[in-house]
Amino acid sequence: MRSVRRWLPGLLLVSPSIVAIAVFVYGMLGWNFRLAMTDKHDEISEGQFVGLTNFVELWDQPRWTISVNHAIVFTIVFVLGALLLGLLLAFLMEKGIKGEGTFRAIYLFPMAVSFVATGIVWRWLMNAGQDERAVGLNRLFDGLGLDFLQWQWFRDPDWGMAAMAIPAIWQMSGYVMALFLAGFRGVPEELREAARVDGCNEWRVYRYIVLPYLRPVTLSALIILGHISLKVFDLIVAVAGKQIITDVPAVFMWVAVFDSHDPAKGATIAAYIVLSVTVFVVPYLIWSVRKERKERRS
Amino acid sequence: MSTTVAQVGRHEAPVERSRVRGRVALTVRYALLILFVLVFLIPVYVLLATSFKPLTEADPSQAWNLPQIWTFEAWRVAWEKLSPGLWNSVLLAVPGSLISAMLGSMNGYVLSKWRFPGADLVFTLFLFGMFIPYQGVMIPLVQLMVNLDIYGDIPGLILAHVVYGIPICTLIFRNYYVTIPDELIEASRVDGATMLRTYRSVILPVSGPAFAVVIIWQFTSLWNDFLFAVFLTGPQSWPATVLLNNIAGAQATPYSQQMAAAILASVPTMIVYVLLGRFFMRGLMAGALKG
Repeated sequence: MRSVRRWLPGLLLVSPSIVAIAVFVYGMLGWNFRLAMTDKHDEISEGQFVGLTNFVELWDQPRWTISVNHAIVFTIVFVLGALLLGLLLAFLMEKGIKGEGTFRAIYLFPMAVSFVATGIVWRWLMNAGQDERAVGLNRLFDGLGLDFLQWQWFRDPDWGMAAMAIPAIWQMSGYVMALFLAGFRGVPEELREAARVDGCNEWRVYRYIVLPYLRPVTLSALIILGHISLKVFDLIVAVAGKQIITDVPAVFMWVAVFDSHDPAKGATIAAYIVLSVTVFVVPYLIWSVRKERKERRS
Repeated sequence: MSTTVAQVGRHEAPVERSRVRGRVALTVRYALLILFVLVFLIPVYVLLATSFKPLTEADPSQAWNLPQIWTFEAWRVAWEKLSPGLWNSVLLAVPGSLISAMLGSMNGYVLSKWRFPGADLVFTLFLFGMFIPYQGVMIPLVQLMVNLDIYGDIPGLILAHVVYGIPICTLIFRNYYVTIPDELIEASRVDGATMLRTYRSVILPVSGPAFAVVIIWQFTSLWNDFLFAVFLTGPQSWPATVLLNNIAGAQATPYSQQMAAAILASVPTMIVYVLLGRFFMRGLMAGALKG
């Protein structure tokens, strides 16, 4: 009885949040899945249960497969690009350099700005006009005598989404740098020193001592970048609006809800976005909670 | 004597060589870092240079030039068009981030210092809420808000941000409070203090930094949010991001006005970043779990 009196007030204090999360996160996810399994394809009908029909039929729509392909290309270029650039920047800074604070502040500042605002500049920079009509980077290449570098950017039918990843890399690689920098600093200096005494050159020190230490940070960075990438929305809308040429699932869902007025289709797309994030976030969460518990015990 | 000289000579050569190599490596390091600084600042140059240009200099051939005549005209028009949105964003982000911080602080306190059975499970379930793509709740959320008659207005948008901000705010406060020694709480308990009294007298006085981190984090995400705003608000309550996107999306808006509007919409978060960057960084690292 005493012990209940001990923890009950705490539970009461947190209970509004528990209820809110239960309703707004789990309840609404469930509601969304239920809606996705009905034929409510307009705003007035009641909607009958149709099972997984919508989930299957979505794949017959060209716009859906296009947007999935776009999301895959975008994800690969963005995740790899931000990861490698962030790692490179952290590597250049890790041994301590003069003006480190300033460098960090400059690499990180894009994080503080909205995708909508940066999208406006990048739309200008990645303008598809060429030669006389060129502005942005095409004009810059032209002026530098690098005309052959001019291209259609995000309007390129094959690799447009790779161009779309550039602003996202610009925005997020500073964050990855900060994560990796913390990772580099977590490697005990004695370990590196010991390896050097044992005759390892700097390259081998990185390969066998430092890189294994960076594995958890790399995993966190992958998860963060990956889940940003799969739900990317603001950036695409700000740079290109809702054109099919740069469509991704999140934009398609928006179109399904507001332009096609098809709640069931919107819910189905949303459900797919949730599933794509869940399959790798849940194992990651379980892994990190277990790790924390193990650390607490030891 | 001669052997010593020879030995010294033999030893000195590699030291000298590695020093030269170190200096070259350092120079390359700085050169690359500065190169990346320039690349990172290209968009900033474009924003500023374009926003001060008069319409007569809008020709593509002058795209990368500094303005010949500097004018505030584009800024004036952009301010006129954007100011309702900026004001809405203030009404959204200030109360939203304060409420989030209060809730997060209490949750973090309980989940680290006044734990109940199942607290770990609750925390894990909260964490998942941090990662869900909000598209997955958007259609039901709109429906619910229509039913409750709070759709399309700022209070509804604040509610959404506060609720979906609970996980990250709780996480930051919990990780901060874990570092406070349990003995302090025990001592207060032994003195007969209730949970809330202990919170007020022991926890709250040392919570300053965590509050700074959370308020800055939430302020930035609320200010920069586009997804919730575009689904949950109407023309009267559009925050700066939605209005900015509409202004820039209109074909007739000249580049100079688009750029000026983009800068105006980013000024508050940039000020926060410059003045309180230290706390911003800490929020980012705490949010290493979140994007």
